[in-house]
Amino acid sequence: MVRFLARRLLNYIALCLLATFLAYALASLTFRPLDQLSMRQPPPPAATIEAKRVELHLDKPIPERFGIWISGVARGDFGKTVASASINDELWRRVGISLRLFLAGTVIGIVAGVLLGVTAAIKQYSIFDHVGTLFSFLVLSTPVFVIGTLLKVAWLPVNQAAGTQLLYFNGESTAGFSGTGWDLVVDHLQHLVLPTIAIAIGQVAVYSRYQRSAMLDVLGSDFLRTARAKGLTRRQALFKHGLRTALIPMATLFAFGFGLLVTGGVFTERIFGWFGMGDWLLVGVQNQDANITATVTLFIAVLVLFAGWLSDVLYAALDPRVRVR
Amino acid sequence: MSETLSQPAKAAAPEAAIPVTRPVRVSRGRLVARRLRRNRLGLAGAAFIVLLFIGAFVSPLFYPWDYRTQDDLALLLPPSPTHWFGTTSLGEDLFAQCMRGLQKSLLIGLLVGVISTGLAAVVGSLAGYFGRATDRGLMWLVDLLLVLPSFLIVAILSPAFRGKSWLLLVLLLSAFNWMISSRIVRGMTLTLREREFVAAARFMDMAAWRIITRHIIPNMASILIIDATIGVAGAILSETALSFFGFGIQPPDVSLGTLISSGTESALTFPWLFDFPAGLLVLTVLAVNFFGDGLRDALDPSACRARGRQGANSGEKRP
Repeated sequence: MVRFLARRLLNYIALCLLATFLAYALASLTFRPLDQLSMRQPPPPAATIEAKRVELHLDKPIPERFGIWISGVARGDFGKTVASASINDELWRRVGISLRLFLAGTVIGIVAGVLLGVTAAIKQYSIFDHVGTLFSFLVLSTPVFVIGTLLKVAWLPVNQAAGTQLLYFNGESTAGFSGTGWDLVVDHLQHLVLPTIAIAIGQVAVYSRYQRSAMLDVLGSDFLRTARAKGLTRRQALFKHGLRTALIPMATLFAFGFGLLVTGGVFTERIFGWFGMGDWLLVGVQNQDANITATVTLFIAVLVLFAGWLSDVLYAALDPRVRVR
Repeated sequence: MSETLSQPAKAAAPEAAIPVTRPVRVSRGRLVARRLRRNRLGLAGAAFIVLLFIGAFVSPLFYPWDYRTQDDLALLLPPSPTHWFGTTSLGEDLFAQCMRGLQKSLLIGLLVGVISTGLAAVVGSLAGYFGRATDRGLMWLVDLLLVLPSFLIVAILSPAFRGKSWLLLVLLLSAFNWMISSRIVRGMTLTLREREFVAAARFMDMAAWRIITRHIIPNMASILIIDATIGVAGAILSETALSFFGFGIQPPDVSLGTLISSGTESALTFPWLFDFPAGLLVLTVLAVNFFGDGLRDALDPSACRARGRQGANSGEKRP
């Protein structure tokens, strides 16, 4: 088991490196970072442009440039932006902001999605079930940027009625906020709620639909009847035997669902004005900056593969048949 | 149900030699159409899609305003009989723009859905049929591409196709949308490969590509059709998402994504600028999803039980 997971981990590291190289190479091929400089008015002297070219290693072939960058990363230095600012200075703050959003979104999305799906399956064809199905369809057809804007529009009257800012739409904390301790936590929470709902609602829709069908499969199975026959109550049988089995396919889905979450995160950060990694990706593309783009790609690749690895572990934890091998 | 009863009756008929009531032969096409007709939501989705196509491609012929016309005397007007969806801050008619955007979104969605499903079918069946190194290589490629969200790759490549045809966007979207389906196709090929008719074809020395195109892919047709339909919905969402950030359709052309993007800032002050394009987008994708779901129930009734949809065709369950 440990060897299996270790081998998977090794494969993941290789995939991570290759994915980052792919993004770096594509970015280096399409971006023209010198345009910003050469189109400045008045045009800078040719020597300045040439110096920038050398500074950005544009005179070297792409694999060599990547080699320079990745060996820097191995030493903990993510390089410089086109504007010669250090990426490290901004990186960890942005990583923290994005992770806060992703973690809150995943946890709420999975817990709510699983609960919703299980309830819908137990009460099949009830009003709750039909409303739940309709809700999932509607959410799955609505892009995150529409959901985010709708949340803002819907919440504004509540804020106005309350007379104060109960929840904030912009930023991840109040600029220049000087409170400490509990006040700081409350301030962060006030900013966190709406973006988390925006990102989690799609997850709820996906997980609840799959959980519902997985649970329905289990509900008709023999082992559940056996569990009742040996004297368990319906609730005990459903949660101890039914839910655990129905959760197994969810472990696989988790790896895919996480990719969806990361893409959704880019939109959520933009709409709610969070300066996280997703926002940075857009900045990187706009500034034609290969280093920023590659750094964000590495971050996303590590997250997606970590989710994949976690789903393997969860699978093994939930399904004893896997552990035997 | 006559459709399920027909088989045993047919088998018994020649032996008994007694003229039993002749079973009605129902072709698969009619069977699917009949099942589809029973699914109200799927039918409503299909009707709405037809309506959208007509609206998007026919309405510009008679609607008085063009999507490019800028009327300085009609800035930011709310919806009215002359301007059905109102006007923008530049005096452009929003209905004409929405229809133009809808044209783009529908075409891109349809093309990407078909192309990426085709790609998935080819890659998946090759990997599944040949196995060994081909399988490992192709599935590793799939893993690699799944690590990178397609949004990220297309965003990185977007500066390269700025000012070029929107067909390039179609190719890019298709190139990064086939991975998950190809895994499903591979799994199905693995089982199909062991079936008798494939073995027979192999013993007859049939070329591998002929076996794949003649025997493997036709046997997955229903799954592929369903997948393409669901893919259309996904492609429309990807396209609008990219256009929302200015990575997809470029001005002066419009797509629902660019319209929503410019409407987002004024969602509170001039709500129609956001409401109409966003509503249209959600309804379009919803219709495609309902149709895809109905199609799945009609083409692949065995999936109904797994998804707990016994109600959709309970008549066939117990003959």
